Amino acid sequence: MLLYVISAIYVCYLGVRGGLSLPVWNALFWIILLFAAFNALARSFQREDADRQHYLHSLASPQAVILARGAYAAMTMMVLSLLSLLCYILLLGGPVIAGADLVQFIVVVMVGGAGLAAVLTLISAISARAGNGIGLMAVLGFPVVLPMLLSIMRASKGALDGLSWSSNSTYLLWVFAVDVLTVTLSYLLFPYLWRD
Amino acid sequence: MKHWWWKLLAALLVIGASLAALLVPLAPGLTECVPSSLSPGTVTLSISGYNTRFDRNGPPAVGLTDGHGGIQADQVTVLGPTSVKAIFTIPADVGGRSAHVVVLPSSGERLVLFDAVWTGSGEGSLPDRWKFPEQAAAHGWEFPNRAILYETIRNLMFHVPMWFTMMVLQALSVGYSVAYLRSGELRTDLQAEKAVQVSLFFAALGLLTGSLWARATWGAWWTNDTKLNGAAVTTLIYLAYLVLRGSVADAKKRADLAAVYNIFAFVLMLVFIMVLPRLTDSLHPGNGGNPAFSQYDLDDDLRRVFYPAVLGWIMTGLWLFNLRVRMSRAFR
Repeated sequence: MLLYVISAIYVCYLGVRGGLSLPVWNALFWIILLFAAFNALARSFQREDADRQHYLHSLASPQAVILARGAYAAMTMMVLSLLSLLCYILLLGGPVIAGADLVQFIVVVMVGGAGLAAVLTLISAISARAGNGIGLMAVLGFPVVLPMLLSIMRASKGALDGLSWSSNSTYLLWVFAVDVLTVTLSYLLFPYLWRD
Repeated sequence: MKHWWWKLLAALLVIGASLAALLVPLAPGLTECVPSSLSPGTVTLSISGYNTRFDRNGPPAVGLTDGHGGIQADQVTVLGPTSVKAIFTIPADVGGRSAHVVVLPSSGERLVLFDAVWTGSGEGSLPDRWKFPEQAAAHGWEFPNRAILYETIRNLMFHVPMWFTMMVLQALSVGYSVAYLRSGELRTDLQAEKAVQVSLFFAALGLLTGSLWARATWGAWWTNDTKLNGAAVTTLIYLAYLVLRGSVADAKKRADLAAVYNIFAFVLMLVFIMVLPRLTDSLHPGNGGNPAFSQYDLDDDLRRVFYPAVLGWIMTGLWLFNLRVRMSRAFR
């Protein structure tokens, strides 16, 4: 996974050679992370064989399974986004970073990465149950994740522009609220996917 | 009659509202004023109107007002039903702000072209010699004539009901999905699917009418507006819903997956569509400082057509949904 992100960032680095404006820099980062999230989370349910599924079925409640999956996915995405951010700044940092509120940006990246993970976990479960690979996951996940991605991008652009916490916190709280909502929905709906 | 009276009502409402939307005349208004700036001395303004009858009942009164003062034209010549020429004497040292051109036909209407002329290079305001009446006289049934919108205001009766109908059908579909998860009956799953299909038809109509309207008023077929992004996301979600249904063969499993996705996507979408436009700017009325239609744009003349149109289209949507469900049961 990490290799995938690093290669993507390196390709961008070779491709652009310096001069990226702030909005483009921001958008590029989130596009890379979005695709990384799709790749990472498609595996979380797909890599499972029938035997292990039966084992889990007899062992744990569906609520426990989805919460564990969600937590695992969120942690993976947080680590992944932090490492890719580090890599991205090293290779493509430049003048964009100079005026940014870096702590705020890192918080946005963590909350945003966890949010992507939360939304895509349930989508991944659905597409795995449908028996269709990453193609279906992209079709189902893209429209659901898009509005969230737009608000994350706006929050992170605010952080890059060096806005104060108070003026940018609306977006941040908003993303966080959607995270909570998504987890609640997954918790309620997953048992119906788990039965049979 | 007992079972289909509401279908008859739906048809009557849609036909009646559509006819009214197309046939009710647009209120008279002013469209242009040449030249666009004043200079001290004698100035002749050529004013064009739309749907006006300046040639009837004698020449109208014409005035200029800049918010501080106002003056009346010395001489008004009617050139035709929609064209009038007014000669003003502008005092020295007037300027620095924009002025509205006001035309008062003898029929009692009040026509204003806002910020029509720049008062010139001086610094003073216009002398306080004339005030235009606060209230216009009562008029017949006509749609308000608004800058930028003009005749396209009629589209209100088509564009907005499409989205309302779509949302009603999607809410219905989610209702059936919840009912399916609770009961496990495949009948409710079929109803959820058909409601989505019909809602996509209305989404297509909404996009089409909206696109035409955007081209006429904002100058582009598509703009990067939160409402438009919301509409695009909605359409994509429900297309994905149909793709999901298409990719699972087993009926029971398909129903499970589709119901879960439907509820999940609908709740997230609802939250985004309701809240996000209020956090950001939008060209649509009601968002980002733009007034909503309901505040003062939607006057009684529009309401008289708009509410029946909304009701009629929603009922038509339910009727279509009903037909689709019955068709697929009949063919099975």
